[in-house]
Amino acid sequence: MADYASTVDLAHAEELEQEMVTNRVFGFWIYLMSDLCLFSAIFGTFVVLSHNYAGGPTGKQLFHLPYVLVETLLLLCSSATCGLAMVAMRNEKKNLVMLGLAVTFLLGLGFISMEIHEFSRMVLAGDGPGRSGFLSAFFTLVGTHGAHVSFGLLWMAVTIVQVGLKGLSAPVQSRLMRLSMFWHFLDIVWIGVFTTVYLRGVL
Amino acid sequence: MLGKLTLSAIPYNDPIIMGAVGGSILLAVAILALITWYGKWSYLWNEWLTSLDHKRIGVMYLILALIMLLRGLSDAIMMRGQQALAVGSSHGFLPPWHFDQVFTAHGTIMILFMAMPFIAGLMNVIVPQQIGARDVAFPFMNSLSLWLTVAGALLVMVSLGVGDFSKCGWSGYPPLSEKAYSPGVGVDYWLWSIQIAGVASLMTAINFFVTILRMRAPGMKFMRMPLFTWATFFTTILMVCSFPVLTVVLALLALDRYLGMHFFTNTLGGNMMMYVNLFWMWGHPEVYIVVLPSFGIFSEVVSTFSSKRLFGYKSLVYATGAITLLSFGVWLHHFFTMGAGPDVNAFFGITTMMIAVPTGVKIFNWLFTMYRGRVRMTVPMYWTLGFIVSFSLGGAAGVLMGVPPADFVIHNSLFLVAHFHTMLITGTLFGLIAGYSYWFPKMTGFRLNEKWGKRAFFFWLIGFYLAFGPLYVLGLMGMPRRMWHYSNPAWHPWLLVAAGGTALIVIGTILLIVQLVVSIRERQSALDLTGDPHDGRTLEWATSSPPPIYNFAEIPVVRDIDAFTDMKERGVAYVRPGQYRDIEIPKNSGAGFIIGVLTFLLGFALIWYIWWLAASCAAGILLIVIGRSFVEDIHRIIPAPEIERIEEQRYRKLEAAT
Repeated sequence: MADYASTVDLAHAEELEQEMVTNRVFGFWIYLMSDLCLFSAIFGTFVVLSHNYAGGPTGKQLFHLPYVLVETLLLLCSSATCGLAMVAMRNEKKNLVMLGLAVTFLLGLGFISMEIHEFSRMVLAGDGPGRSGFLSAFFTLVGTHGAHVSFGLLWMAVTIVQVGLKGLSAPVQSRLMRLSMFWHFLDIVWIGVFTTVYLRGVL
Repeated sequence: MLGKLTLSAIPYNDPIIMGAVGGSILLAVAILALITWYGKWSYLWNEWLTSLDHKRIGVMYLILALIMLLRGLSDAIMMRGQQALAVGSSHGFLPPWHFDQVFTAHGTIMILFMAMPFIAGLMNVIVPQQIGARDVAFPFMNSLSLWLTVAGALLVMVSLGVGDFSKCGWSGYPPLSEKAYSPGVGVDYWLWSIQIAGVASLMTAINFFVTILRMRAPGMKFMRMPLFTWATFFTTILMVCSFPVLTVVLALLALDRYLGMHFFTNTLGGNMMMYVNLFWMWGHPEVYIVVLPSFGIFSEVVSTFSSKRLFGYKSLVYATGAITLLSFGVWLHHFFTMGAGPDVNAFFGITTMMIAVPTGVKIFNWLFTMYRGRVRMTVPMYWTLGFIVSFSLGGAAGVLMGVPPADFVIHNSLFLVAHFHTMLITGTLFGLIAGYSYWFPKMTGFRLNEKWGKRAFFFWLIGFYLAFGPLYVLGLMGMPRRMWHYSNPAWHPWLLVAAGGTALIVIGTILLIVQLVVSIRERQSALDLTGDPHDGRTLEWATSSPPPIYNFAEIPVVRDIDAFTDMKERGVAYVRPGQYRDIEIPKNSGAGFIIGVLTFLLGFALIWYIWWLAASCAAGILLIVIGRSFVEDIHRIIPAPEIERIEEQRYRKLEAAT
């Protein structure tokens, strides 16, 4: 082995790494598209069942638009701060990235806490998911989005730790990019939920 | 502590089930004992279970598929045996609750645990090599997909001995599959096993979609991709779009069953037709997911063994694309009797018949490829020819059923069963066996025995016609599917013939095993030293057999549709590269295997309501995923001298061969 000179030049290694990052971002995009199909199926189910009250409460009786508006604003603002964190990543400002993510995390946590509060209020009043087809679909659609957000929060917490420990290395940057795609995607889905479930339910 | 699980869950008083369980356990113990006897545990763990090499993963998928083929086939034997006996005063050998489990397990296994792993296996072994890549885009996710599929299959197997399996048919229609009518664990076994396998399939799809789009060798434009790669590409599109719908429909049914929701119940605002629609929105694309890869295999086989470029390459690609698109617009033909009204039924009837057009294009492509070619009648060609004739017949039956009024008459009759078995046995399975015979040397380094292969083929083909021909007649005579017992004596002779056909298929399967054993024993006389035993036309034949872990020491440059034929003609096929370079390959990882084990336990815990186990498995999976994201050192380098040594060995073999 002594007479063997490494043929891996740095440029080549960097090229490979760049390719891997691009593949991962692209693959994650495809995953998001499949997730879109998943949400479409649940949205479709909700629309079909949206008037099957079975004598139970309707959306008009259950939803408080101002409350949902606050939820929406929390999530939209978290998307903005997530975007700012990404700008900080481009500028190689590690601490700003962590700050941006932490604010995003708190806003997301606020959103999910409000959602859990709304759910528990309804369940305690006897209007749980088992009450009617409409409520099953409501809890499942909103809950699936909420589960995604919760998973995103866990991911964000792990990523904050990774940024702290490893700095903005190429794999960490690639994870940050995918996390922010995920977060914006959930924002877009929420716009759909807000319109289809809450606005249509109340108006 | 153990949820609903008690000792009474084991049906120890049923001799048939206990026989199957005992046999399976004995076999498993024998295999484990052999591994221990030969001291192969560390080899197995280091070289296979933790391997991220796409070829090894592919072979493991194929082993799973072959095991599950035997399981699904034994279910088929029981069904045909029962129906051959249970007429009039005789009640056959299976009680109705057991018969219902058998047909459910047969369908579930054959589609999701035989056909799908078989396809994933061939894709894994071949696609990266065909596009001149060293690996798939996401090697770890690939291993994860494999072990999740195995976890799902294992759940189905465990349901034999612990509890029971679903009695609701493989499509699991509610309200029968709801808690109110199926309170036991059977539906839950069915539900979680295919939920897990579905997630695995989705990951495989994303992996291969990215691999094909981003990792082709230089010069391989879209319109130079081999047909099997094209077929895989369209299949992954179908999977990415349709599998999430399966995930949803199973999740909603689970919510109904576990949390008392009302998606598909008859009461409190449930709508069971939602289930049927959603299920087939996945289910119909799924039909094409299992058939398109086979079309790709037939295209490769026909072209290679006719020693001729594929006739109408572009039209074949466009036809495959057209089928992909159309397959999303036909799901309602599975339930014309829902009563959607004439307009809706007419729409779906027409789209259904339209799908026959691109399929017909393909049939002519294959025929014209053979026309004036130098056809070599090898085993894969036998399966291909058997397919072309049978599939055309079965397709005609399908067009007939695409006419809604005709469908009203034969809906849910044995005519339907005969139709889709014609499509799936000759369309999917014949193709997969053709692919298995065609690529076997590439995987192992030696050829399969031709003589035994041809014998197996004829038993399968004749057995297939005898087993399913009568079902067309019985369907037109009015016999419904899934009957445990019947009283019309006129049906009996036809069912006897069908049972005889099944016996021939069983012999055909045994002969396939004989072929494998004979080939392994006589491998020295059938070694594939060149890596190109069939005078192949595509890049997978440019590697040695079996290929080194990195496939290609130097990535080939593609200039033609038949890239390897072109390289051979230009005389650059076996030229040593000027200089070898280091190659980076993924390190082994046991995480995929461990997540598979935890997922199996998670499924088992959910089925038996063992909540502490479910929660800890879920937490364990999350922890492993998070833990792995902290590991940066996931690659290892094979140094250039090592590659030179491996490649020189190959060139010596090549010289010995010529």
